[in-house]
Amino acid sequence: MKVGVVTFPGSLDDRDAARAVRAVGGEPVSLWHGDADLRGVDAVILPGGFSYGDYLRCGAIARFAPVMDQLVPAARGGLPVLGICNGFQVLTESHLLPGALIRNDHRKFNCVDTRLRVENAQTAWTSDFEQGQEITVVLKNGEGGFVADERTLDELEGEGRVVFRYVVPEGGRNPNGSYRDIAGITNERGNVVGLMPHPEHCVETGYGPSLDGLPFFTSILKQVVSA
Amino acid sequence: MGNVVIDVMLKPEILDPQGQAVNGALPRLGFDQFTDVRQGKRFVLTVDGEVTDEVLEAARKAAETLLSNPVIEDVVSVRAAQDEKDPGR
Amino acid sequence: MSTTSQSSTTHAPHVDTVGDAGATPEHEQPWVELGLKEDEYQRIRDILGRRPTSAELAMYSVMWSEHCSYKSSKVHFKHFADNTTDEMREKLLVGIGENAGVVDIGDGWAVTFKVESHNHPSYVEPYQGAATGVGGIVRDIMSMGARPIAVMDPLRFGNLNHPDTQRVLPGVVAGVGGYGNCLGLPNIGGEVVFDDCYQGNPLVNALCVGAMRREDIHLAKASGTGNKVILFGAKTGGDGIGGVSVLASETFEEGGPAKRPAVQVGDPFAEKVLIECCLDLYRAKVVDGIQDLGGAGLSCATSELASNGDGGMQVELDLVPLRDASLRPEEILMSESQERMMAVVEPAKLDEFMAICRRWDVEATVIGEVTDGEHLVITWHGEVIVDVPPRSVAHDGPVYHRPLERPAYLDALQENGTAAFARPTTGDELKADLLTLLASPNLCDKSWVTDQYDRYVLGNTALAMPDDSGVVRVDEETGRGVAVSTDCNGRFAKLDPYAGAQLALAEAYRNVATVGATPLAITDCLNFGSPEDPGVMWQFEQAVKGIAEGCRELGVPVTGGNVSFYNQTGDVAIHPTPVIGVLGVMDDVARRTPSGWKTPGQVIYLLGATRDELDGGEWAHVKHGHLGGRPPRVDLAGEKLLGEILVNASRDGLVDAAHDLSDGGLAVALAEATLRHGVGARVWLEEVCERDGIDAFTVLFSESTARVVVAVPRSEEVRFTDMCTARGQVHARIGVVDDQTDGIDVQGQFGVTLAELGEAHTGTLPAVFGE
Repeated sequence: MKVGVVTFPGSLDDRDAARAVRAVGGEPVSLWHGDADLRGVDAVILPGGFSYGDYLRCGAIARFAPVMDQLVPAARGGLPVLGICNGFQVLTESHLLPGALIRNDHRKFNCVDTRLRVENAQTAWTSDFEQGQEITVVLKNGEGGFVADERTLDELEGEGRVVFRYVVPEGGRNPNGSYRDIAGITNERGNVVGLMPHPEHCVETGYGPSLDGLPFFTSILKQVVSA
Repeated sequence: MGNVVIDVMLKPEILDPQGQAVNGALPRLGFDQFTDVRQGKRFVLTVDGEVTDEVLEAARKAAETLLSNPVIEDVVSVRAAQDEKDPGR
Repeated sequence: MSTTSQSSTTHAPHVDTVGDAGATPEHEQPWVELGLKEDEYQRIRDILGRRPTSAELAMYSVMWSEHCSYKSSKVHFKHFADNTTDEMREKLLVGIGENAGVVDIGDGWAVTFKVESHNHPSYVEPYQGAATGVGGIVRDIMSMGARPIAVMDPLRFGNLNHPDTQRVLPGVVAGVGGYGNCLGLPNIGGEVVFDDCYQGNPLVNALCVGAMRREDIHLAKASGTGNKVILFGAKTGGDGIGGVSVLASETFEEGGPAKRPAVQVGDPFAEKVLIECCLDLYRAKVVDGIQDLGGAGLSCATSELASNGDGGMQVELDLVPLRDASLRPEEILMSESQERMMAVVEPAKLDEFMAICRRWDVEATVIGEVTDGEHLVITWHGEVIVDVPPRSVAHDGPVYHRPLERPAYLDALQENGTAAFARPTTGDELKADLLTLLASPNLCDKSWVTDQYDRYVLGNTALAMPDDSGVVRVDEETGRGVAVSTDCNGRFAKLDPYAGAQLALAEAYRNVATVGATPLAITDCLNFGSPEDPGVMWQFEQAVKGIAEGCRELGVPVTGGNVSFYNQTGDVAIHPTPVIGVLGVMDDVARRTPSGWKTPGQVIYLLGATRDELDGGEWAHVKHGHLGGRPPRVDLAGEKLLGEILVNASRDGLVDAAHDLSDGGLAVALAEATLRHGVGARVWLEEVCERDGIDAFTVLFSESTARVVVAVPRSEEVRFTDMCTARGQVHARIGVVDDQTDGIDVQGQFGVTLAELGEAHTGTLPAVFGE
């Protein structure tokens, strides 16, 4: 099973995403931003990082890269795509997912192990989770506040397209000011998922806070095999 | 040589943490007249020759497709700098 | 139209050429404004056989400055050379003098690491000062041929509650994070220290570690006649020019340039792209020599590459890509624009070099070549403006023998210890002092700072703050990796600079061994006051001697480092602050020992003996605002033994957790180990008090060295104690890990709950800086 991992100038967690794919027995395929070529992969990961330095807006320049010319129609056609952090930002800028990501409300970069609840275990990337399962995943970003207008938010909730939500303690706040504590969402088809936290940092004992990232990658393995 | 000046602001309903930070800092410096601050971006696009209507139209399109994110931002102004004796710099 | 055309704009500003210099020997030059002394200016004239051109004067003035030439510190470095044994040299693949030192960590892997300062710029512009500090040290590491793999930042600020600290600290932390996170380098440690002495002189030191295969080490030399000299990376602008502008206004005939900024502004994205580009260049083996452009920009890169090489160099300065077309040649030579590198490339490999740069969108320009002459010759639109022997610029700068004198205040300061202070006697008093210390600025939780750094990127971080060292994996197959710790107690160094420097070395060494890594080598960042003050120079020499002799005793060589002088406000210098970074090796970082205990039933041992040593420590500082007396005794033989015990114990699985004792002593170490995972402990002190002849207060708060607390699984207890006994390691069973105890129960003295500990520990920074 081949999973493409896109490298934009400034992408940082592409190597980690590739490692995670390998860890579950998949074959990571490096996709260069400048080549309009998906190299026949079965799924694509847009990794975390600071593509183009986050200049203009996070992901705003990366969305126009040649590789995206191929990726956008393929995603609309059902190709599974996972956008992690900066990847999520590229997906919203490309309009493959609704909403936008803005500066954390407390205005600081924040690297913290975060508790999430899985609210949709039916997407291509979450089928190996249980509905309602709580997991611990690394969160590290400066622009992680998910925002959208009320209509969009209601639509997402109503259609079960909120995939991950921050678990917020009584009287507390989520780590970045995201509306409705939304940490990750999916498109109508369930093949495109975007989230701010980093599952690829949670796949190896001793190098992350948990192994809760593994099911993302085992899910897609199964998804492709049975497709 | 001409300049087109484009102003982009966050939509009014979007949280502006940077504007809030500035708003909080102003009174500490003795400016207590201001009740709110919103922070935006200003782009200056330079062309050889004059700023014609075609140039303005191209700038408007650039503003809508790249310079702003319509989900969270509005293009509030696209104008030729020469008109207002604004050096744009 | 006017007929007087002398001031017409088509007339180009005059450039001071070598020909002009020969013809006008009496021309007045602003060598005073550029910071040169009269004898230095005369020496330049002697070297060249004529007056220097404007550009040459600029080059010499900057390269002979304290920052670039180490003129006040050079003479003292002989202590390092004198104290490096052949055995120590064996581990060094590249020693002092290159961009960074390189050590062999086994299995064909080489690791390069270095710490540098960016103190003064960070006071002026905290964000950019700190950011460009990170950028600079990362480029040094890159230029050795390595992939940077981690960063650490020792930071020192003034009083926590001072308004200026509230200006400087958030900016510095945001800058360190903003630059490092964007580069994709995990920040794995570094301390945050508050002391009034740093109020006007915050210290921002930046460390970087890089890894490469041994055969991929690159050096900064230009050799091979005909090889091309290429400038690549960002365009050159007016960053950091500052005082050199006086030269530009010198040669302008009408008007002067706009005021040039003195602060450098960094672009981490440009540097990230540069890292990837360089790694591809190294992989393709198209680079012969490489140098990064840091302080003194092009002046430094060209003169150092030429000086280290075997010939001369010719450079056409007008080929340098500019961000600002109005820059004068002198300004271009001095510019400290960031994110630039210089490579020496064989003509046959040029096309491939350029193709790799194009792929990464990195601008690369051939600006010169290596010649078979002996001089560095720089031209501007065909005219020679620099013609110098490169060694005289880069390596044979002035050497000062600054006067040194033991400060007059020192005797009285050392006599004025803590003996007369009333000490807590009851359990309640001891508990109160513990909580006060835990909440104090130096000991409190630093998450407000460290949560702004990415610790996970690259996926190889095995341990990071608040554990005792940062640990990163280098080889993903075998798990081989390195541990790094930085330390310095400036208060101890003020009381006794020789001992204080050795104590800093000992603490960093101990921290590396505590996580289970074998210490291998060190780097140092020597932060001191003005070298024009004989008392400061005395402190400096004492510290250098202390480090050199300490390293010899521990068997760990100095690989390189940095000196930062002039950290003072008026007459008041900072405490001498020799920051030491120790690097150690682990065969498999998965076996690293964390600092907090987790498993109930494990036995807690205190390794090392405790003496009555409260002088200069945190209890005296926090409770009494006192600094005086003598620092704790240095015991390098004891540290070496302790280190071996800890490394063996880690490798053989005899300890599950280990935490070294330093600021705040045993009380604070126990609190930290408990808070780490929220698992409590029952502790009893009677045995050690009796053995060491001290009371409960002393065993809890003394800062004696060569001590560690460890948690030992019961199944390993006998093997562990047997090993200690056989090696002569002082040890005592002082407690047990107990998840039924809420917090710490110091039997017969006090109990303190997890909530009480947590509240004291975590409230301090957010109260000042917000959530």
